[in-house]
Amino acid sequence: MMRRGLSWFNVTSVALGLAFLYLPIVILVIYSFNASQLVTVWGGWSTRWYAVLLGDRALIDAASVSLGIALLSAAAATVLGTFAALALTRFGRFRGRTAFSAMVYAPLVMPEVITGLSLLLLFVAVDFDRGFMTVTIAHTTLIMCFVAVVVQARLVDFDRSLEEAAMDLGCPPLRTFLTVTLPLIAPAVIAGFLLAFSLSLDDLVIASFTTGPGATTLPIRIYSQVRLGVKPEINAVCTIMIAVVAVAIIGASLLLTRRSDVVPAVARKAGPPDHSAG
Amino acid sequence: MNPPAKRSRLAGIVLWLPYAWLVAFFLLPFLIVLKISLSQSAIAQPPYTPVFDLSAGWSGVRSFFAGLSLDNYVFLGSDPLYVVSYMKSLQIAAFSTLLLLVIGYPIAYAITRTPPRLQAVLVVLVILPFWTSFLIRIYAWMNILQHDGPLNQLLLALHIVREPPAWLSTNTAVYIGIVYSYLPFMVLPLYATLQKMDDNLLEAAADLGCPRWKTFWLVTVPLSLPGVGAGTLLCFIPIVGEFVIPDLLGSSDTMMIGQTLWTEFFANKDWPVAAAIAVVLLCVLLVPLVLYEHMQARQLDGGR
Repeated sequence: MMRRGLSWFNVTSVALGLAFLYLPIVILVIYSFNASQLVTVWGGWSTRWYAVLLGDRALIDAASVSLGIALLSAAAATVLGTFAALALTRFGRFRGRTAFSAMVYAPLVMPEVITGLSLLLLFVAVDFDRGFMTVTIAHTTLIMCFVAVVVQARLVDFDRSLEEAAMDLGCPPLRTFLTVTLPLIAPAVIAGFLLAFSLSLDDLVIASFTTGPGATTLPIRIYSQVRLGVKPEINAVCTIMIAVVAVAIIGASLLLTRRSDVVPAVARKAGPPDHSAG
Repeated sequence: MNPPAKRSRLAGIVLWLPYAWLVAFFLLPFLIVLKISLSQSAIAQPPYTPVFDLSAGWSGVRSFFAGLSLDNYVFLGSDPLYVVSYMKSLQIAAFSTLLLLVIGYPIAYAITRTPPRLQAVLVVLVILPFWTSFLIRIYAWMNILQHDGPLNQLLLALHIVREPPAWLSTNTAVYIGIVYSYLPFMVLPLYATLQKMDDNLLEAAADLGCPRWKTFWLVTVPLSLPGVGAGTLLCFIPIVGEFVIPDLLGSSDTMMIGQTLWTEFFANKDWPVAAAIAVVLLCVLLVPLVLYEHMQARQLDGGR
């Protein structure tokens, strides 16, 4: 049908849009393999800047701090965010619901400088030593809201009758959750975890406010270098980070596509009455 | 679903754990910001007068209220630096949101015109860059926009310009950075509403002899307004407080309020003024924030 077809304008806008989104990253990756000391002069292919990185102790330390914070806060945020999503979709109209949903959605768009400053002032007010833990708490607070939204979207359009069937047949709520609900929302929970992880790994502003001695994260380290201008070794770090994220996403999507074959199977299994027994 | 009365202790944990966390680490911090914005700055560690001395009893409470002052707000209002910075941020955010809408709408629209399988791929392609670090993406533009960088090399090679123009430290660079970083946030909500649209409506309009551009303007655009609203708020609110983009790509005369707050805090160590800036910024954003939350809540609770 004509209306479903693509006009040249449609094709051009998608092509230009994607080029705009990807070209800068491609250029960055190419220049990270530039042999020349001068960032803008092409001196042939080389991996010398990657070798330079290996000798940069401060950068490697920062990377390990970032990974630790990201793992810990993403794990905590996944639990808290999934709970928040369950509370918002399954508990009906409880007291304080409006305030609760406001607190879940607001951090998503709140300017980071405000969130960062307010958390820092909290830590100072209660005299909590700033460092690894404070950044982790700060990140958990922000990213749990992203997890909540991702999981909630899944919970909203999922067939409630599966849960009801299990419970009508006498399956206790906790068991229903573990055997019916959790397998069904698992892809969203995993996606939420990955999103949380990458957001934490990425954050500069909130970490800058809440960090303390000995807890310099990778973005803080990169930022202090980048302010001074473009450097070939920074191109190399960025390329490694892009590669790590790319591998994680490809791995996750492979995992999830295989999962999505499993999920309908679970749903079918959960449907018949005899499922609540096993 | 089981009624509230029958909710087990376990369900209680599911609700109260995230609730308590958000109250402790999201709500409470704001109250502290509010309090500190009303205190005097002091040359001390931490650099403001004490928050609240409960051990002093009633007199402590009285001195707490006596210690509050609006000095910092008066200061913000009297120094044009801050007012200009707020206006600049709102102006940059408004203009770049408009740019995002103009660039994002055709992309979102075009994606809905492609076959369903391709649509899924294109949506993933739009989201993907969002997963790579924000800082890296801005840094990538520093690479491209520098004086003898790829963009100027290209422009010179094509004889579009004779002299390489300066891109970095300009408003243009800030707009490019913002549009680049926020494009997925605009395209996705637009795509979500456009994709749900009933094709029969377009067909009906066409059958009745309505030209395509008119159908687009009278049917498609009004029906996509929820997506336009969501995308606009999702971009506008965080852009107003943006720090990294203007700091790395902009100049000193694109000093946005996020940078001003950052400077007050880290360079001038004036925490009460930084807190006052945050409170005013929050008040400025209150209307769009409330609108956004209302929409989010309605959208995600929808159909229940």
